[in-house]
Amino acid sequence: MQIDQQKCVACSNCIPTCPMGAIYIDTTVNRATVNLDECVECFTCYRGMSKEHLNPTVVRSIRGFLRLLRVRFDPEPDVCPTDALTPQELTWPRIVRQAFSDPLVPHESTGVHGRGTEEVKTNDVTGRVGEGEAGFTIEFGRPGVGVRFRDIQKMTMALAALPIAFEKRNPVFSLMTDPRTGAIREDILDEKVLSAIVELKATLAHVPQVLRMVEEVAPTLDTIVSIGVATRCDAQGDNLLEPLLKREGYTFFRGKTNLGLGRRPAVASA
Amino acid sequence: MTNTLHRFGARETLRNDYIIFAMAARGINDEGAPPKLQTFLRLAVKHQPINLGNALKGGIFRSSKALTPLAHWRRRGGVTPAEVVEGVDACTTVAAVFDDPKRLEGFLKDLRQADLGISINISALTDEARTCCQRAGITRHSVEYSLGFHGDLNRLPDRHVLELSTMCGHGMVSSNFTKKMIDWVKEGRRSAPEAASYLARFCTCGIFNTTRATCILEEARIGT
Repeated sequence: MQIDQQKCVACSNCIPTCPMGAIYIDTTVNRATVNLDECVECFTCYRGMSKEHLNPTVVRSIRGFLRLLRVRFDPEPDVCPTDALTPQELTWPRIVRQAFSDPLVPHESTGVHGRGTEEVKTNDVTGRVGEGEAGFTIEFGRPGVGVRFRDIQKMTMALAALPIAFEKRNPVFSLMTDPRTGAIREDILDEKVLSAIVELKATLAHVPQVLRMVEEVAPTLDTIVSIGVATRCDAQGDNLLEPLLKREGYTFFRGKTNLGLGRRPAVASA
Repeated sequence: MTNTLHRFGARETLRNDYIIFAMAARGINDEGAPPKLQTFLRLAVKHQPINLGNALKGGIFRSSKALTPLAHWRRRGGVTPAEVVEGVDACTTVAAVFDDPKRLEGFLKDLRQADLGISINISALTDEARTCCQRAGITRHSVEYSLGFHGDLNRLPDRHVLELSTMCGHGMVSSNFTKKMIDWVKEGRRSAPEAASYLARFCTCGIFNTTRATCILEEARIGT
């Protein structure tokens, strides 16, 4: 993301809206500027802020006059008065930032908007995770910290040594050069994204081993790791994962419940 | 897309937070899905959700690309529920947010009867979601549990900021803007509901719970 220096009036409204804190006032020119190394191209500032299309010179004059009088200016906090936020053309490898950070951009690998796949949300139709299995979503970078692929690779390489199967339709998987080792392509390792999700499947018997590995590696990373674990319920709506997680010492009370109302289309008979 | 999974907060603060969303499985039952997604939203509107969303176009609360200076006094902060429903023209995820389990139960009964054939999920306290399902005659199929945040937790902001900002799991509600809104409410520059609607506009999926946000902002205002 860039800020048009001709249009910016240094109102600072965009500064707090950046999830990465990458926007600041460059005091040498008195204009808002983006730290491109920290910007993850999430488009939050561009899309989330409303826009006016005021004349920058007029706005600067009014703001300067009010400042002279020490009058507190109390504008709407989510408006860019001069439509100064300007997306830049993204090329490889920077475009990876937007693919993982902007939820309105679908991944080419999944066709799904966002950072993961349909996970267990369509499990009633896909049957991706069965009884006796656990589907993990291990997310890096949230909330509000961001992550570079170099840190994600530390985790994928550690997890690859366990008896697990990475989800092949996951966007991070599509960037692995060798899923057997968890290695991710070299040219994107320093790219920063708002968050990324690694999805994998394991048997319930291996759940404690996977969780221990994630807990062991997470503190060595320059980011935060969020863990989600899913499973298929039985005919009564019960499952074996819940007591297992409690035995492992986890406290949990929130999650996603798939109601089982989805179905595959009926195949027309000949 | 675990954008609703990891909402931060103590169990008690999550009792008024129910997100229900519908989606089709890509390549399996997504053909002809948009009208079904619209039906989902229409049925939801009958039960008075506090937010409604289309993951491609936004929720009820959304930004405007062509404000006039009058917006600073008389601003339309988004679109109507009917506009969200009519805006569904492609396969996407649609969502409704409820702050009352009774309304959610009513909606679930309608959904069961409508038999849309697409996947429907509730993101909430898992035991409460299960109870609502049982009352509507539905047995859950699968469940995903949030095991929370791990690693260097010193990097996380304070409790109120985290409770508010994690209501957009995509991370579009920034910690700094959330902190600014808390400060503005404390200073009396904006009311808690006004600040909640500013925050909600950044959530592109329309899953931000403004009722819960208002409660959290009020708590933060008086320092509890």
